[in-house]
Amino acid sequence: MPLGPEKFLMLSAVLFTLGVLGVLLRRGAISILMSIELMLNGANLSFITFARQYGQAEGQIYVFFIITLAAAEAALGLAIVIALFRLRESTDVDQLSLFKW
Amino acid sequence: MTELLISPVAITFFQILIVINVLMASVALMTWVERRLSAVIQYRLGPNRVGPFGLFQPLADGIKFMMKQEIVPAHANRAIFILAPALSLIPALCAFAVIPFGPTVELFGRQISLVIVNVDGGILFALAATSLGVYGIVLGGWSSNSKYSLMGGLRASAQMVSYELALALSLIGVLLVSGTLRPVEIVEQQAGWFWNWNVLGGWQPLGFLIFVVAGYAETNRLPFDMPEAESELVAGYHTEYSAMKFSMFFMAEYVNMITASALAVTLFLGGYQLGFPVPFSGWPLWILQILAFVTKVAALLFLFVWVRWTLPRFRYDQLMSLGWKGLFPLALVNVIITAVLVAFDVVQR
Amino acid sequence: MESVAFIVLSILTVTSAAVVALPFVRNMVVCALALAVNLVSVAGLFFLLSSQFIGFLQVIVYAGAIMVVILFVLMLLSVDDEQHMGSSGFFQRYLGPLLAAGFVAIVGSTLVVSSQATAFPALPDSYGTVGALGRELFTRFFYPFEAISLLLVVAMIGAVLLAKRRL
Repeated sequence: MPLGPEKFLMLSAVLFTLGVLGVLLRRGAISILMSIELMLNGANLSFITFARQYGQAEGQIYVFFIITLAAAEAALGLAIVIALFRLRESTDVDQLSLFKW
Repeated sequence: MTELLISPVAITFFQILIVINVLMASVALMTWVERRLSAVIQYRLGPNRVGPFGLFQPLADGIKFMMKQEIVPAHANRAIFILAPALSLIPALCAFAVIPFGPTVELFGRQISLVIVNVDGGILFALAATSLGVYGIVLGGWSSNSKYSLMGGLRASAQMVSYELALALSLIGVLLVSGTLRPVEIVEQQAGWFWNWNVLGGWQPLGFLIFVVAGYAETNRLPFDMPEAESELVAGYHTEYSAMKFSMFFMAEYVNMITASALAVTLFLGGYQLGFPVPFSGWPLWILQILAFVTKVAALLFLFVWVRWTLPRFRYDQLMSLGWKGLFPLALVNVIITAVLVAFDVVQR
Repeated sequence: MESVAFIVLSILTVTSAAVVALPFVRNMVVCALALAVNLVSVAGLFFLLSSQFIGFLQVIVYAGAIMVVILFVLMLLSVDDEQHMGSSGFFQRYLGPLLAAGFVAIVGSTLVVSSQATAFPALPDSYGTVGALGRELFTRFFYPFEAISLLLVVAMIGAVLLAKRRL
């Protein structure tokens, strides 16, 4: 079974979809952050697959930047979660609604 | 059958077998060395009952560890509690895969380079393995369900992550001088006399100093061992561990020490190069080179033990400020100086 | 040999991603560990695709730094186990997974249509090495490189400011 781009792209789609499901179905703020990282991973795999298919280094450079951006975004997201935790004593996003109704 | 036995896969398999066995034996030997050397430094005797010069003491220790009762704390997360020591030991062992412990020998009609894998980003592999070693400590501290362990684990991992920066930056100096990340080529470029080694001829004395200090912090050894100091945090992240799991943490620390020393030897002290040219070649030269590598690693390990029993321990905030405000800018300065030297062709490699 | 590695790595990836995403595992530290396993197996997939430098970068930065930061926050805040998905509406609970399954089906159908197994083309020797990527980074992508270092400084300052108790 020779490895082809289709299998990797299918895997990347599954990873991305699982990330979206995590954002929709999960209730803890940090779990949602982790699902966002899953989505970024799926996109990374897709980029690398296409870079391999066309033999160019551009896809890898994009992944380099995406990984760096993911680091910055995780740091900032976690800082926000810490600040919210101090306010509400829980990271449950269902309790983070300031408008009570 | 013989073709299967000397195929590249089998050769790599045998290399892995030999390296892991030698590493485990060295860990046992290191415990004996540590106890005898500390005794010499502290003007006492050390273990000398069990076997000649106390050499069977590690064996006795191993039997003791295997016989002790394994205690898992009451509300600890059992799976992660048992997993954490293994997570600490396995990356430490893996980091040794890119270190060349000998030259390219000619055996069974093949050229075998005495390194397990010579991948293009070789030194990055060692960095990746050290980054993964943080998990064992963090999870060990957290899963013990004890405040001493949690604080110790968090402090140790924060310290390791902070000093990884200085470690990686000191490697950039070597990378600039050598122009390659493959450890075999870095060692090959340091051939000749000993002033050709990277620490002298590659203009990296500052890089070597930063690497060694960051190595002490990475392996949680004194003067950076606040997270596991007895008088501070009971025993830090391995407070609740007993018997075999504790000994795995112990082994992981010694394997980390050996890997840090071996990396420093490969990158700065010429690896397996002898440091002086010899007129012969072939098997005697290869044996001498392997012995040279072992001697250099042993010298750095002696330095590890010597520093441990000489210097007092840093307080945790002093430790973190040294890492961020001292070593990290110094490593950046080293990169700039090396870059200027390479740009003006002062270093020829 | 490569297909065996691919099958093992893809099973590992999908299983650990399922542990992170699907709300069956409530303990968030276990989810963080599963995400770390996922990141390392995706790095393995990168190695399969000959992108060595990006594979190492994934392990060092993503699995070795970002996940450790997430674990720190989880342990410092000692977050409780996640609550069961409570009074969320019909759309979130059923329509979301349905649309997700539809997306995967569409992608799968476009990929399966071209059903003869195409292999990857051959590659130049310097593909995926550190040198090739470094050359690209410092010539073609120099401005994005400088911009992202500026962005990292901004993110650092922002994270410190957000997490401080008193400014």
